[in-house]
Amino acid sequence: MSSIAIIDYGMGNLHSIAKAFEHVAGRERVVVSSEHDVIRAADRVVFPGVGAIRDCIAELRRTGLDDLIRELVASRPLLGVCLGLQALFDVSEENDGTDCLGILPGSVVRFPRGMQDSDSGEHLKIPHMGWNRVVQTREHAMWADIPSGTRFYFVHSYHAVPSRESDVAGTTGYGRDFASVVARDNLFAVQFHPEKSQHAGLQLLANFVAWNGES
Amino acid sequence: MGLAKRIIPCLDVDAGRVVKGVQFVDIRDAGDPVEVARRYDEQGADELTFLDITASSDQRETMVHVVEQVAGEVFIPLTVGGGIREVADIRRMLNAGADKVGINTAAVFNPEFVKEAAQRFGSQCIVVAIDAKRTSGEHEPPAWEIYTHGGRKPTGIDTVEWAQRMTDYGAGEILLTSMDRDGTRDGFDLELTRTVSDAVDVPVIASGGVGTLQHLAEGVTGGRADAVLAASIFHFGEHTVGEAKQYMAKQGIEVRL
Repeated sequence: MSSIAIIDYGMGNLHSIAKAFEHVAGRERVVVSSEHDVIRAADRVVFPGVGAIRDCIAELRRTGLDDLIRELVASRPLLGVCLGLQALFDVSEENDGTDCLGILPGSVVRFPRGMQDSDSGEHLKIPHMGWNRVVQTREHAMWADIPSGTRFYFVHSYHAVPSRESDVAGTTGYGRDFASVVARDNLFAVQFHPEKSQHAGLQLLANFVAWNGES
Repeated sequence: MGLAKRIIPCLDVDAGRVVKGVQFVDIRDAGDPVEVARRYDEQGADELTFLDITASSDQRETMVHVVEQVAGEVFIPLTVGGGIREVADIRRMLNAGADKVGINTAAVFNPEFVKEAAQRFGSQCIVVAIDAKRTSGEHEPPAWEIYTHGGRKPTGIDTVEWAQRMTDYGAGEILLTSMDRDGTRDGFDLELTRTVSDAVDVPVIASGGVGTLQHLAEGVTGGRADAVLAASIFHFGEHTVGEAKQYMAKQGIEVRL
């Protein structure tokens, strides 16, 4: 029986994402854990996260989960969600500059204050909160049965700026087009919350359960 | 512009049951929060808000179970308000599966609570709920005062200043209810909504007074709200959330269909 481990490092509640995976998992076991052995034994790993990036990285380092994530990403499918996407990059502007995991080259920046919509002139609020479109910039097994332009639920004030164009798998427009999905080898990471994105989100999670790590 | 304006049905829950009459034609138990939540989810609600109006504190635990059950079946954002007074209340609701908590009275009595909550759990899950009542006369510059205890107690605090202070303290969203319009079905106080929405950087949810689909649309166009919240228009089966979205889309408002 295969299993999915959701990494628990004390950043935010994992109830929703665990429930959503249980909803789409067939015979796969879903575990929420901070134990290295338990996570290492899983076939697929989910790296979630909400809150502040400095606390996130500090907890990962304290628990040694940062090295474990670097190790696992070479050998099995890994899904990053929200802060779990941002933490993959080299550095974030948040908390006066925070060094991150450096698994993907690039940085994380804040949406500037006072952004306006280019069409309507409307004042764009921060956080970017609500249902926005994700335009698929390349084919990927994780996009199965999800049309390009589908809406997902976002809530964030910072976004990734990948150095390599080839790492981008989806973009979203909010004052600017930003990389809302990144992918490389076994890694697929999303800025939105699939566990809160109704049918489309559950489909993405189901795709992850079926994905063998080849794009 | 890609971001959709959100439609949020609001459910009042007393001792674990939805109150104020929810009537769907084909629902088994109109008082069961899980059934009602599932129905709104099927209709395309963008989020759900639960307001715990349970008077006795020993029944608060009931709300935790409600949230757990709903979060296990409905995969859209859930906000819980009512009786959130301390950090432990927030943690309990988030652990049960809520995505955001609404803080109202406790913020007024202890503004630092909002700061502490935002630092500990992140701004994204802290919604400050404001009950505002117009205090200016007809030919005076508009002004609104905030009220606590479900709109019963005046505070002397100006609504716009309060909204700005709360966002400075880390509120990630403002749920703005007009006490003058709440329950009237006369439409939102658009001037109030617009004034607050323009004054803060975070999203504003308009609430209080929706009686027609046109009112929902006006909350966005005239009130410049980022989301609109309504209860009775959906509860009594007059309109579905889907109808509301179709109506708004026809007026050029971006919604998730």
